[in-house]
Amino acid sequence: MSTIQDRSRRQFLKTSVVATGGLFGSGLIVGCAVMPSQDRAMAALRPSATAPGAMPNAWVKVGADNTVSIICARSEMGQGVFTSMPMLVAEELEVPLDKVRVEMAPAREPYINTMLGGQITGGSTSVREAYEPLRVAGAQARMMLVAAAAQQWKVDASTCRAENAMVIGPAGQKVSYGEVAEAASKLEPPKSPKLKDASAFKIVGKPVTRLDTPSKVDGSAEFGIDVKLPGMLYAALAQCPVLGGKPISFEAEQAMAMPGVKHVVQISDGVAVVADTWWRAHKALETVTIKWDEGANASLDSAQIDASLQAAAAKPGAVFRKLGDVDAGMKSAARKVEATYQLPFLSHSPMEPMNFTADVRKDSVLIYGPTQFQQLAVGLAAATAGVKPEQVTLRTTFLGGGFGRRIDADFIVQAVEISKAVGAPVKLVWSREDDMKHDFYRPISLTKITSGLDAQGRPLTYSYHTSGPSVTQRIFAGLVKDGLDPLMLEAAVIPYDIPNQLGQVVIHDTGLRVGYWRSVSHALNVFANESFIDELAVAAGKDPLEYRRSLLAKEPRYLHVLAIAAERSGWGQPLAAGRARGVAVMEGYGTYLAMVPEISVQGGEITVHKVTIAGDLGSMVNPNIVEQQIQSSVVFGLSAVLFGEITLKDGVVEQSNFHDYKVVRMNQSPLMDITLVPSSEKPGGIGEPVTALIGPAVANAVYAGTGQRLRKLPLRLA
Amino acid sequence: MSTSLKINGTTVTVDAEPDTPLLWVIRDEVGLTGTKFGCGKALCGACTVHLDGTPVRSCQTPLSAAAGKNVSTIESVSSTEVGRKIQAAWIAHDVPQCGYCQSGQIMSAVALLAAKPSPTDSEIDQAMSGNICRCGTYPRIRAAIHSAAGTKGA
Repeated sequence: MSTIQDRSRRQFLKTSVVATGGLFGSGLIVGCAVMPSQDRAMAALRPSATAPGAMPNAWVKVGADNTVSIICARSEMGQGVFTSMPMLVAEELEVPLDKVRVEMAPAREPYINTMLGGQITGGSTSVREAYEPLRVAGAQARMMLVAAAAQQWKVDASTCRAENAMVIGPAGQKVSYGEVAEAASKLEPPKSPKLKDASAFKIVGKPVTRLDTPSKVDGSAEFGIDVKLPGMLYAALAQCPVLGGKPISFEAEQAMAMPGVKHVVQISDGVAVVADTWWRAHKALETVTIKWDEGANASLDSAQIDASLQAAAAKPGAVFRKLGDVDAGMKSAARKVEATYQLPFLSHSPMEPMNFTADVRKDSVLIYGPTQFQQLAVGLAAATAGVKPEQVTLRTTFLGGGFGRRIDADFIVQAVEISKAVGAPVKLVWSREDDMKHDFYRPISLTKITSGLDAQGRPLTYSYHTSGPSVTQRIFAGLVKDGLDPLMLEAAVIPYDIPNQLGQVVIHDTGLRVGYWRSVSHALNVFANESFIDELAVAAGKDPLEYRRSLLAKEPRYLHVLAIAAERSGWGQPLAAGRARGVAVMEGYGTYLAMVPEISVQGGEITVHKVTIAGDLGSMVNPNIVEQQIQSSVVFGLSAVLFGEITLKDGVVEQSNFHDYKVVRMNQSPLMDITLVPSSEKPGGIGEPVTALIGPAVANAVYAGTGQRLRKLPLRLA
Repeated sequence: MSTSLKINGTTVTVDAEPDTPLLWVIRDEVGLTGTKFGCGKALCGACTVHLDGTPVRSCQTPLSAAAGKNVSTIESVSSTEVGRKIQAAWIAHDVPQCGYCQSGQIMSAVALLAAKPSPTDSEIDQAMSGNICRCGTYPRIRAAIHSAAGTKGA
């Protein structure tokens, strides 16, 4: 319970992150310093304006008018934390959700994601990490409010109860939370509050509608790109077309003469035009000539990267899995099956291009915008501005999509540098082209799998060898040990009952910068494993669904979702002419999934008509949001399956906008049949995993329909 | 040089260059930020507004083309019955996720229903496929349009 106690202390702790060894150096040091309890940086997120009030703990604020605000410590980027996290607090706090206002948390120690070691939104961790602590926080606050009321009435707290943001006393006397909040916030938090049994939940587990929806249908929701500060200027930034290149000098005489242009400044990553509107800055930037040092990547191209990856893949890798003896197993095999799978670089391309607002003053810095990693934002802003982290205030807005891109803070550093250079608040906005050409790309991978089958087609061995760049090596280098990056190996170990297994990985830096992308390495490893198991089924002459079932006999949660997906999809039943089905299963972030898409192929084009999904993610906080996230992941993943590929020529990303980096649109969005398994197991994550499953599931369906085994994404028929 | 146009029923005069995209006039000069910048090339639909009732991509509509015309943005969508129906359906179906593209989605959906009160699935595809949503809210957009129209989809 010590963690929970720490997180719920009344006295706020201040957190800072110092990047060592350069901005993206060898590691992050998270430090804490005691701060006064008055939180000057408590940020408001429209439409809930920052409310005044007393705070029994870091998560709950109650105004004298009985306004109850719940602090949301994870960035809302579409995945629903603005609703699901407050639900956990409200359940124990005994406040109905329609009375709750939500405020985004500042960057502070109580809000650190203990699964990730920083205030990070990622890894499908939000609900998993918060499931107990946020209920504890709600219960502690409720007990403190009850205790304050009991003191006021001079009765025993055990004779009082809480309901609907009121405390009710033994004689039926009532007092609102607001009336006792100030007194409650002076009490010691109770040590081990007893939590409700799930059967008593009034909010958690119910498919309630999202609290942010009303502000997202009338244009009032505030995203980073909407931020406005008094006296703010707008910046457009030219970055070196070759990733990693730096500006040497520039010439901007023409730009300075253009309307509205105030400054042209060189910063570490490029040259910025600062004007009174963004459009004027953007237009003027086109007239600036810049001399670049293109750096080490000036001649990098996709063919060269592929060749270097092939060379890396030929090396023995660091071993992450060893079971039995694959060499001995292979000796008794009746046949050998081998296949290689290859995945491309991908862009995140959230709908809101990268942007941030910074106001650098002599003794303080305000940074304001969309980020998935609050302490990194604060730490880098402080280092860039030359102030202490405690002099930096961060306000997190809604994120117009994140998908992992906003874990990085390059655009925040840029905004800070520009504001510092021009001495005014500045909103930096990238164009879509900037966004696509200066991403941290989802890594490529090359994976070779070999298996020996016995005479009945049952696998005796499974050898997995994967190669590719490591994001972790770049951003959290300390987590890479002995050549193993755990975030390259998600779902790399198969669930199938195969006696001899060997897993190896080669970390290979291609020169192109890489970043975490929704579902991280699940998307790479699940594609290879679930395609290959399908190939084994074919080699064995077995139905691919039955083949999986036979190898998952010891995995009841897999079997359950597989059975549901089989039944709901009509597996084995006749299909309309030209249609075909495929199947794939996975576990990711503690969530078990089975998927059966129905596809057709015409004139070389793959159409996904329908996707049947069964999911068991244990206890669910909000099944409505769970369903949204599954729908979301199918569409996001399908874009990568059908279209997604970033390529390089002369060190420059060739794609620039949605015409040459296509994504799924309404007319390509399949029907979905989603079944969620009721469960009291601990919660699994759902923001990401389905993204990884759609690739092999569709590829397997394409094989079933055409006989073509496609081992590369995006899927391209011969 | 100054240009006058009507935005959400109010006449505004701005002194932006005539080739300035309407999007940036609406956002930076008028200060209505509900209309979003997504691609700048009329590829994603995030910037969709109505120009004299017709949906246009404001990132590719120069200010000069809007002079003297009526521009409606997401901020005024509740002023029409179709707009209110769409908003209510969006809330009932909990359509938005990150929400960034939703102003554009709603403006396209309102234009669709105004022109075709009972759209089929293929008419929805046609009207809505210019609006990209990276969060994949398409199934719920479709359901919400059908529900606002009182029709049924596949």
